Amino acid sequence: MIRDSLLEAEKIENRIRELRAEGKTENDQELLLLSIEKAKALRPCTSLTPEDKVYLARKIERPHIDDFIENLFTDFFEQKGDHLYDDDPAMYGGIARFHGIPVTVLGHRKGHTAETSAKYNFGMAKPEGYRKALRLMKQAEKFGRPIITFVDTPGAFPGIDAEEHGQGEAIAKNLAAMSRLRVPVISVVTGEGSSGGALGICVANKILMLEYAIYSVLSPEGFASILWKDSSRHGEACAIMKLTADDLLEAGVADEIIQEPLGGAQENPKRLYGSLDMSLEKNLSSLMQMTPEQILIDRKEKFRKIGAVSA
Amino acid sequence: MEKEVSKFKSVFERITGKASPEYITCKACSRRALKDVWERNLSICPTCGKYRPMTAYSRLRAIFDEGTMKEFNQDMITTDKIDFPGYEAKVKQLEKKTGINESAVTAEGRINGIHVVAVVLDTRFFMGSMSSVVGEKVTRAVEFADIHRLPLIIFSASGGARMQEGIYSLMQMAKTSAAVEEFSEHGGLYISYLTHPTTGGVTASFATLGDITLAEPGALIGFAGPRVIEQTIGQKLPKGFQRSEYLLKHGFIDKIVPREQMKQTLYDVLKLHVDSRFTRRMDAI
Repeated sequence: MIRDSLLEAEKIENRIRELRAEGKTENDQELLLLSIEKAKALRPCTSLTPEDKVYLARKIERPHIDDFIENLFTDFFEQKGDHLYDDDPAMYGGIARFHGIPVTVLGHRKGHTAETSAKYNFGMAKPEGYRKALRLMKQAEKFGRPIITFVDTPGAFPGIDAEEHGQGEAIAKNLAAMSRLRVPVISVVTGEGSSGGALGICVANKILMLEYAIYSVLSPEGFASILWKDSSRHGEACAIMKLTADDLLEAGVADEIIQEPLGGAQENPKRLYGSLDMSLEKNLSSLMQMTPEQILIDRKEKFRKIGAVSA
Repeated sequence: MEKEVSKFKSVFERITGKASPEYITCKACSRRALKDVWERNLSICPTCGKYRPMTAYSRLRAIFDEGTMKEFNQDMITTDKIDFPGYEAKVKQLEKKTGINESAVTAEGRINGIHVVAVVLDTRFFMGSMSSVVGEKVTRAVEFADIHRLPLIIFSASGGARMQEGIYSLMQMAKTSAAVEEFSEHGGLYISYLTHPTTGGVTASFATLGDITLAEPGALIGFAGPRVIEQTIGQKLPKGFQRSEYLLKHGFIDKIVPREQMKQTLYDVLKLHVDSRFTRRMDAI
């Protein structure tokens, strides 16, 4: 497991920070040695198993939608609530500018601490969250704004109220409505994209995946639980589910993979923001050349042919 | 036990010269009845009235006028998309056991003369789960209904996604929902008929996108399975949770329809739409 290497690297990084705080400069011998040590510790990260990637995808330090909005967008105006029943803290979004262009940005929200994670329900949205997303997307279409969604969820929330308020119906409505949007939609799978809960905001013209993000029919735990009645066999599930960015690119679901720093996005978020910004800008400008009808057909055809069956 | 049965059969066959009749035992009351009796009684136990799942073909026979059914894409082959260990063997085994090659049967036919497209999911095949073939068959059926301006009826019964097809299964939700939405934009009538059980990815796609949503009594209908919910929230679920009656109460279905009234109810709804002055004529072909 990659966990030990990352912990080791983190220890060294902490020591580096201490030395820097003491006023040591880049030329300091100890600092130099430590940075070499850190690179060595991260060496196992050059070849990761699917299970390692699942671990990285879920890491609490990983950049989340708040970080992306802060670093890639300006003038963010948050929009709250589904305007029907409630505001779901697990779904975050609003209007912002991307390279000066007004866009609608939304996605699953996760925290960086135990407290905020719980506050955002670990990124597990309820029907109200999906309906909020739908409200924002329909508005984007009305005002001709492109839509950028950030996908990061272990799945839609399985609870009594979520069922009573129509979790299935809410997701289905999003799939149906997103398939007919006449503005560009780009989705970025940033962490874990599991099940209908991920798909519910991921019917996009272009799907970008961070290198260590995962996207799958169900969480590995859920998968193992359904197939083998044993969720502890999730490691085995990771190996056969074909859930890595490379697998998704091959399946024709993902269109592009955004390289991450060695050891994962959290090791050097600034670098990740740079490459993500470039890719988003490129994809958005090419989609914005298209007519509303072409945008709709482009998205329809993308999904129409995934896993197509002959005969 | 096995031996006794076969001895009984051989005696029966020796005396009558006919193959021994097939019986089905009711899971609720343990009384058995001839298979033909079950079939004629819409798979409702003649003794206690408990429902057994209807097979796709029994369902279609029960709603279509005799001799009007024409099946689509019967030969579509299920393939192993993600090299899932043992998937192909399991498919073969189920084909042999059930006589069907996928969990969706799609067809056109007439209901008291009204031309419709119908889709039925069959739980005997991988719990009616959504494979690429199921997604493709459903999508093509919707597209057929759209092109020929026919009403669409889908009987859902599904455990959800087909785990063995991974992400390809998940993507069928987007594909089928897109097809239904386009059909709907063109003014097509879609009657979604929920039967036991309708869960997961099927609930979160075409099953909940109907203009008219009907359900069989007592059917389990939901997104997350009861076991997953109990594990997540750590408490027992209320009685009747996620059953048709519960969904009716919470505002997600139009009507619970006993099986005996299935064909008549479908006809009534269809007729109201066919006769609608401002709708285009649906029985155009």
